[in-house]
Amino acid sequence: MPVSGPSIRLQNVSRHYAAVRAVDGVSLDIAAGSLVALVGLSGSGKSTLLKMINRLVEPDSGEIFIGETPVCSIDPHVLRRRIGYVFQNIGLFPHMTIARNIAIGLELAGEKEGSADRVAELLDLVELPQDTASRMPDQLSGGQQQRVGVARALATRPGLMLMDEPFGALDPVTRDNLTAQYKALHQRLGLTTVIVTHDMAEALYLADRILVMEGGKIKANATPAELLSGNAGEEAEALVAIPRAQAAHLIALGKKS
Amino acid sequence: MTEAWQQALARVPELLAAHVQISVSALLLAMLICLPLAIWAARSPRVAAVALTVASLIQTIPGLALLALFYPLLLGLSALIGGGISAFGFLPALLALTLYALLPILRNAVTGLTGVDPAAQEAADGLGMTGNQKLYYVEAPLAAPTIMAGIRTAAVWTIGAATLSTTVGQPSLGDLIFAGLQTQNWTLVLAGCLFSAALAISVDLLLGLIERGIRERRRILAGAGIAIIAAGLLVATLPLLITRDNVVVVGAKNFSEQYILARLIGSRLEAAGYDVRYRDGLGSAVVYRALSRGDIDVYVDYSGTIWTNQMQRTDAQTKAAMLDEIAKWTSASHGVKMLGALGFENTYAFAVRADDARQKSLKTLDDLARVSSDFNFGTDVEFLERPEWQMVQDAYPIRFKTARSFSPTFMYPALASGEVDVISAFSSDGRIAANGFVILDDPKGAVPSYEAIMLLAPKRGRDDKFVAALNPLAGAITVENMREANYTVDREGDKKTPRQAARWLNDNLRE
Ligand SMILES: Nc1ncnc2c1ncn2[C@@H]1O[C@H](COP(=O)(O)OP(=O)(O)OP(=O)(O)O)[C@@H](O)[C@H]1O
Ligand SMILES: [Mg+2]
Repeated sequence: MPVSGPSIRLQNVSRHYAAVRAVDGVSLDIAAGSLVALVGLSGSGKSTLLKMINRLVEPDSGEIFIGETPVCSIDPHVLRRRIGYVFQNIGLFPHMTIARNIAIGLELAGEKEGSADRVAELLDLVELPQDTASRMPDQLSGGQQQRVGVARALATRPGLMLMDEPFGALDPVTRDNLTAQYKALHQRLGLTTVIVTHDMAEALYLADRILVMEGGKIKANATPAELLSGNAGEEAEALVAIPRAQAAHLIALGKKS
Repeated sequence: MTEAWQQALARVPELLAAHVQISVSALLLAMLICLPLAIWAARSPRVAAVALTVASLIQTIPGLALLALFYPLLLGLSALIGGGISAFGFLPALLALTLYALLPILRNAVTGLTGVDPAAQEAADGLGMTGNQKLYYVEAPLAAPTIMAGIRTAAVWTIGAATLSTTVGQPSLGDLIFAGLQTQNWTLVLAGCLFSAALAISVDLLLGLIERGIRERRRILAGAGIAIIAAGLLVATLPLLITRDNVVVVGAKNFSEQYILARLIGSRLEAAGYDVRYRDGLGSAVVYRALSRGDIDVYVDYSGTIWTNQMQRTDAQTKAAMLDEIAKWTSASHGVKMLGALGFENTYAFAVRADDARQKSLKTLDDLARVSSDFNFGTDVEFLERPEWQMVQDAYPIRFKTARSFSPTFMYPALASGEVDVISAFSSDGRIAANGFVILDDPKGAVPSYEAIMLLAPKRGRDDKFVAALNPLAGAITVENMREANYTVDREGDKKTPRQAARWLNDNLRE
């Protein structure tokens, strides 16, 4: 497995909105090539934390490093071009074809040559038919649009992917599919990925490590196995309890019938 | 086709061209101002608030007033920097129309730019677009249909409001409308309205086509719209590209007598080999200044107007002494040549109905003062503010029961129908005699003399051929003939055009 993704380090990073401590003194190391899931209740600061890594949000204090480079030393637009960013609202550009949406990052980098080939390759990668290339975003289903969002983020071959509930608002089957496909992709390309999700079951299945956030702080930082074994603290336990109870219930149902 | 239509249509190409030119210039300038401003405003709510408030405030100023305001403003500015700015014609019209076009363009552009889907904005940032790239790739294309809609609104407003630029001496289709309204020549009014409406509608449709092309991302549609507009622009402004030598401009204020005299002067200049243009409907305040700057070459004014308005005099003088002093003053202060009086007066005259005059034995303004507390006064829109009214009140103890303002067209019928009892008529107006109204004498000579005088721009005063062509008009027009000519234009039935009336006057000059 080739590792091309960088490591990430956060040092005592905080961000406040008026009285709200969205992110509160977080220190954290994310290993190169790992797939990290960020879970936590709504409003716990997951998106804020993620966006500070690509400087969509600036921290009030603390420092963030990608590899050995502090992010604040890189121009925001230069930094962001090296990082794939996918978020729940996708934000496809409605006035551009799917092909142009996917290739826009290449266009920004001035790599117009061969972009058609790259688009075809990316469509294959996210398992979309080639004829979607010429369509407009509003002619695609929600799930297809999510895939285009992922393809667009991957176009410039970033080593680091930041994904904020990328597969939210999808039916469970499609969601499960996409999750599995992404995991395979992540491994094949050797990326570093931070993915925000609400779904503990998804996180347990997908991630190498799981970070549990609450009130702007990281309350647990553990592997799925550690979490399931109940050694990761009560916040983590509360979140794990739900899929565990559901699984138990399903098993019980299965036995009855 | 009637002669009236032929005459109206003959003037259309040139006026249409000027109309297109001024509207397009104003629209382009407004876009040039608004689009960068909107980009700034979209990034700063404070800038947006200030810019939109200012633009809205401008919009509340009536168009006519906005145009008129630029005249003193530009004069002042010109004086400040030592001359060189023309307060007449194109520039004031351009500025006023541009200001008028700001609001719809600015408002739509700000709405369009700030209304861009936040998800698309976040995606643009996340992809690493710089501010300019975001504008170019995302914000501008997504806001374009809204921006185009604003430009469309502005275009229709501007084309409509451009008809008002006639009043500051910028030719436009408004020339037809103003001249037609004044002489009650509905053919002219109709022609002016039809062509400006047709222009507005076609521009609106074409811009709509472009807007649709942008919205539906159909380049061909937008391209076709742009191509047709470009072609139309070229064709419409073609008459302006044909430059002519020896063009002279005859000015006229905004009433029938002025239109007729302008045509009379113009026809004589044409006979002398000049190419003649007319600038009708000029405001009293504008016209003398325009002449002294050479923006127009000749027009007819009245001695009392120059005396009170330009020379700021309030003392009474004999007619001859007045003319003498005016000739010296215009020549010394502006190089304007007074080419003699035409031979008739058009002064403010108080007119009453014949039966009132008989029953109440009204002969003079002293008699009027006696009954004035029972009398309703009808007057034009400016008389009550003019120095002449002050002079009359100083000389005679007149206090009317009520005073109402009318446009001249409705003032005479108002007196005839008894709606008012006395009016401030114009002594050369044909409707006085036609209605059998009685003019009251002014034994104290309170109202200054209003001899019609021809004034020539400095350059034309030195042009012998020009002077020779107009010299025969000096002293050649009797007040009876002027009244008759005015009446044929002003009356309800069997109306003549100013040109026809001028022809008749020319055939009946006093030897
Ligand atoms: N731009 C902002 N202005 C003010 N407050 C904000 C802003 N962005 C986030 N917050 C606040 O910061 C806190 C953390 O927000 P954040 O979006 O990071 O939460 P989250 O964990 O992503 O929640 P969710 O799961 O609902 O997406 C919340 O209380 C939120 O209200
Ligand atoms: Mg969030």
